[in-house]
Amino acid sequence: MNQEDKEKDYFESPIHLEYQYTAGAATTRFLNKVKEGKLVGQECPKCKAVYVPPRGSCPRDGIATNREVELVDQGCIESFTIVHIPIPGNPIVPPYVCAMIRLDGANISFLHLVDGIKLTDIRIGMRVKAVWKPKSEWRHSLENIKWFIPTDEPDVDVTKLRFKPE
Amino acid sequence: MKKIAIVGYAQNKILASAGALNEVELIMPVVHKIFNNLGISQKEIDFTCSGSCDYLQGAAFAFVEGLSAIQTNPPIKESHVEMDAAWALYESMLKIQMGDADTALIYGFGKSSPGDLDSIISLQMDPYYISPLWPDRISLAALQAQVLLNNNIINKDEIMHAVIESRNNGLNNLNALIQTSITEDEYQKDLVLSSPLRALDCPPISDGASAMIIASEDKAFNFSSNPIWIKGIDHRIETSNLGARNLSSSPSIKSAMKSLDIENTAFDIAEIHTQFSHEYPFLRKLLNLENVPINLSGGPLVGNVMMAAGLDAIGKVYEQLSTNSYKRGLAHATSGPCLQHNMLVSLEKNS
Repeated sequence: MNQEDKEKDYFESPIHLEYQYTAGAATTRFLNKVKEGKLVGQECPKCKAVYVPPRGSCPRDGIATNREVELVDQGCIESFTIVHIPIPGNPIVPPYVCAMIRLDGANISFLHLVDGIKLTDIRIGMRVKAVWKPKSEWRHSLENIKWFIPTDEPDVDVTKLRFKPE
Repeated sequence: MKKIAIVGYAQNKILASAGALNEVELIMPVVHKIFNNLGISQKEIDFTCSGSCDYLQGAAFAFVEGLSAIQTNPPIKESHVEMDAAWALYESMLKIQMGDADTALIYGFGKSSPGDLDSIISLQMDPYYISPLWPDRISLAALQAQVLLNNNIINKDEIMHAVIESRNNGLNNLNALIQTSITEDEYQKDLVLSSPLRALDCPPISDGASAMIIASEDKAFNFSSNPIWIKGIDHRIETSNLGARNLSSSPSIKSAMKSLDIENTAFDIAEIHTQFSHEYPFLRKLLNLENVPINLSGGPLVGNVMMAAGLDAIGKVYEQLSTNSYKRGLAHATSGPCLQHNMLVSLEKNS
């Protein structure tokens, strides 16, 4: 008897919920700039830390970050991992590199892809810059950046990046 | 047992839709408000506990994102309940009793506007036998309302007056979402959503956030010259098997009353978390509150922030005891279908 002929001893009850999801007022300002190809962080009025992507607050001081700071699209790898296992539904073919990218002038890093390098050569502190998708594909998403690639600049000592309030 | 008091409470104005605001932007104003009222900062707080439900936002770990609203560096002692923040208050009380903290910040927040609350709430039910049927919250409430009517425990007149009274009381509540009164005639003409409940018998979809600060006896007077003491707190839950429950009574509330020894206590004021109008006359009788002013804030029928409305009931009793001559108050919070899970909090002011 083949598997499909067997009587089911279970039933499926899929859950489907619809939402009008909103990113939040501060993150919306960020995403509107990303759509124009700009990376704009937000600065804490007290400790001057710059957050990108911003959530609208500085957890160090518990206050709103209301000043926008335009950042460059380059920085360094603060940490990384090499993914070997495929994730169902994810179009990226392993192995690939996920890295925490710390943009110059920012005080937090965000997760993105790194390409254009042999997997064995990737390292913490490596300088990288963004490769943007064609402008026609830009949306309200950090996926407007295809991935980051290494530059020829010397490595950075990431332990020196630790935030020191002014 | 240590004596613990509420020393502060703040609430955002309840909105039908907070629009694009995220959880950080909902929480931060109310936390700043309570800190400013008391002239303190997060540094004076030993333990922070929040209550919220990620299904409402439709975002996994929204409660972790929400933490960015408060000062978390240097690292803080923090916890969360996937429940109404009244239960975050309960966890904070345990933390203080255990000697791990002397002060606690509690906050609750919820946005019901982004999703379909009826579908979301049906997912809190038993996942094998009940949730797959997607029973909506109003039909479930109507089930209990009909049981109570059939058993002559309440009558339709009492249900109607619960709505009218709630609307009238809400006129004095600046944070209420609904600030209009209604007449008997308007009520009678209202659409029946799920018999016997009309649209006016159900709480409005609400967005908002609230915060509370409690402290042990040693610290309470540092924050307030008039702390309101938590004389007792108890919560009980009934089975998740709806068919096995007796909806014409509430064993959970009765045992909480017994454990707090408040069956014969004369309260001056009460706020009860009655999201549907029929629950009001039912609990008023059950809790022996028939001559007591109840829900002077208007209660959940004029604003019902999911995951904060239970904490709000406690906060509103605190406010009444702080600002009026009332001495003793009772607050009630609930969770689950048909008043499945109930908390009672008995509050008292020093004379």
